[in-house]
Amino acid sequence: MTTPGSSGRVAGEIATPTTPVPTVDLPTLDRDELLRYSRHLILPEVGVEGQRRLKAARVLLVGAGGLGSPLALYLAAAGVGTLGLIDHDVVDVTNLQRQVLHGTSDIGRSKLASAADRMREINPHVKLELHETRLTSANALEILRDYDLVADGTDNFPTRYLVNDACVLLGIPNVYGSIFRFEGQVSVFATADGPCYRCLFREPPPPGLVPSCAEGGVLGVLPGLIGTLQATEVVKLILGVGEPLVGRLLLVDSLGPSFRTLKLRRDPTCPACGTRELQELIDYEHFCGITTGGELIHSELTVPSITPLELADRLASGGELTLLDVREQHEWDIAHLEGARLIPLGSLAESLDSLDPDAELVVHCKSGGRSAKAVRQLREAGFTHVLNLDGGILRWSDDVDPSVPKY
Amino acid sequence: MPVTLNLPAPLARLAGERVLQLSGATVGDVVSDAVTRHPTLAPRLRDEQGQPYSFVTFYLNDEDIRFHGGFGAAVADGDEITVVPAIAGG
Repeated sequence: MTTPGSSGRVAGEIATPTTPVPTVDLPTLDRDELLRYSRHLILPEVGVEGQRRLKAARVLLVGAGGLGSPLALYLAAAGVGTLGLIDHDVVDVTNLQRQVLHGTSDIGRSKLASAADRMREINPHVKLELHETRLTSANALEILRDYDLVADGTDNFPTRYLVNDACVLLGIPNVYGSIFRFEGQVSVFATADGPCYRCLFREPPPPGLVPSCAEGGVLGVLPGLIGTLQATEVVKLILGVGEPLVGRLLLVDSLGPSFRTLKLRRDPTCPACGTRELQELIDYEHFCGITTGGELIHSELTVPSITPLELADRLASGGELTLLDVREQHEWDIAHLEGARLIPLGSLAESLDSLDPDAELVVHCKSGGRSAKAVRQLREAGFTHVLNLDGGILRWSDDVDPSVPKY
Repeated sequence: MPVTLNLPAPLARLAGERVLQLSGATVGDVVSDAVTRHPTLAPRLRDEQGQPYSFVTFYLNDEDIRFHGGFGAAVADGDEITVVPAIAGG
């Protein structure tokens, strides 16, 4: 049995794949820590040395949201010595259905301040490094280079490609997790020999094609499941035990439930980890089809629009407008605009005959994404007077009628 | 030849079922069969040239089809194709 302060482990005691954490000059554990981590210490695969490795480890959590919550809670509890968190958001009431790192009294606070309070309460031995900023191409390499491991819990494609490329360039393993509705994906990218995110998805979908969780919804428990799997991979990598999810993609379907593992290979043509032609970080908003102002790049993707205030004026002055709601019935049941007609986007094609081609249509959805698609579809079908309601029902509630509930 | 196509939840909603039993000699044939039966799946499974998108990965059993000839990859009786879309939620 190794004792605190001693270094080195008997060779062959556990299978030890390369760990990204230095294994010499490990910090010692004090009496409080020995007691706190006793359930780890009595696991032969962890032991005192494993716990000291955890203490030596520096892990960056990108995002303190749904996936970041279980990552932060469990990695702090497990005694990962230094946890970095990067996020620039504030806690919103709609986060609380899944982001268990934050509580009701934290609404309006910075997520990092809220996270730090919880994590210090869970384990005061952990050193926190809070990066209250947006991760960008300008700061990513500087921030990431100080860490042994990165856990990606972001909620958008540009940041996912940014985290991937930065990890590949710096040679830092990226413990990836991603969720949508009832399903999730987990893998470990950017290890010395393994594939990266671009080997799985070479390019991002065009903006608007894949709805965000804000638009498409997500089961509240799901990030708990996926983020906990990510936390498990982080701990395994630090300890050098088990088989890390390198070269494998774990697909989780919470409805089945089913867990499937698919093979992932390094793509020799991958510009990041294959040909290595990607030598520096790029403009990821542009790569994902968005300009820095959040506008869509391709003009064919932008559609004529009207703001909620303009629409309210038109309606107040007796304008002849048809309000077309392209959300789903279950969303309509939560809130809808008076006088609107519901045709869910998926059944718009077969309902075109029921619409007057000469009428002026104002199409709306929750926040403006699906309705923009509907506007394009209607214009292609020959409707000429079609406008998209900017910001959808949410902005209508903000700007015109707060009695329409937001969701 | 009967081949199983596993759809992710958003596409399963369009098709009305999670798992489709289809036929074809290649992955591309099987995708065509799916699209014939469920036309709303067409723009979600392949681009206008009939090729897979770079953000939707097809697995034949547990292998990425890009390393086995893409939509031209041959399928056998009882094979399973899984559609893995890029998702970004967190």
